[in-house]
Amino acid sequence: MTELTQLISEARAAGDYQRVVDMVPYASMLGIAFEADENGRLLFRLEYNERNIGNSLLPALHGGAIAAFMEHAALLELVWNQETVLLPKVIDFSIDYLRPGRPETVFAECHVIRQGQRVANVSVTAWQGDRNRIIATGRCHYLLTRSEDEQR
Amino acid sequence: MNNVERLERARHFFSMIPHGNALGFEVVAAEENAVIVRLPYREDLIGDRRTRQIHGGALVTLVDQTSGAAVICTLDEPEAVATLDLRVDHLRPAEAGRDVFARAECYRVARNIAFVKCRVYDDDASDPVATSMSSFMRASSTKGNMFAGK
Repeated sequence: MTELTQLISEARAAGDYQRVVDMVPYASMLGIAFEADENGRLLFRLEYNERNIGNSLLPALHGGAIAAFMEHAALLELVWNQETVLLPKVIDFSIDYLRPGRPETVFAECHVIRQGQRVANVSVTAWQGDRNRIIATGRCHYLLTRSEDEQR
Repeated sequence: MNNVERLERARHFFSMIPHGNALGFEVVAAEENAVIVRLPYREDLIGDRRTRQIHGGALVTLVDQTSGAAVICTLDEPEAVATLDLRVDHLRPAEAGRDVFARAECYRVARNIAFVKCRVYDDDASDPVATSMSSFMRASSTKGNMFAGK
């Protein structure tokens, strides 16, 4: 067992999602949270914080904060489902902005489109309030570490 | 517009962005069509405690804001811009403990859209940490324009 797999096992047993967020300082700083719904699907949240504002006149959230939230949501999806024994490494990330982010909570859900032995392709959708009014879609590739033998 | 004026314009743009200020972005230089920004290394930007490397998401934010500034410094008159799409390739991790820099270059401004490429590096600009391509929508009105009235 790695430190990560042990932490995830304990967090899953305790239903302690916050512990998994807090293992990454930057995720805590942004204000990311998540939990599973009754079907076990993960719902991610970026809690509103003035620090995440990009345009104070509109006002609107910083597109970078939304992107970082979505990129990290994909990582959490893979980690929570124990697809990797070390934190996955992001290979690339692509985002399309559809609407400005209002100064309120952003929600996101992830779909693992393809999971290979080494690489996962994850699609991320983000919205606020009305789930049908999508504010951004993202797509990323993550490099996984499947076994402790691979780690150096 | 000379580079001193461009630098002033880029710094004004940055000063109006709370999230960029929270992350500690500093405009280092502005040239024709290009802006260079420094992100000082900080513990709360760490993406992996094991390696202590900066989170990829913080780099995406650096790229987004630096690329937007490159568009603004390319325009004759400053106006608000909104990111349409952005792609970042994470070529290698940023070295733990090192500041990172982003250099964005706006290589095409059309009537409605501007196109930008950006490179993130730590010690050596020729050995990038990340590269990016993005496009921006130009303002259709003065709503949200940080330069309105200036």
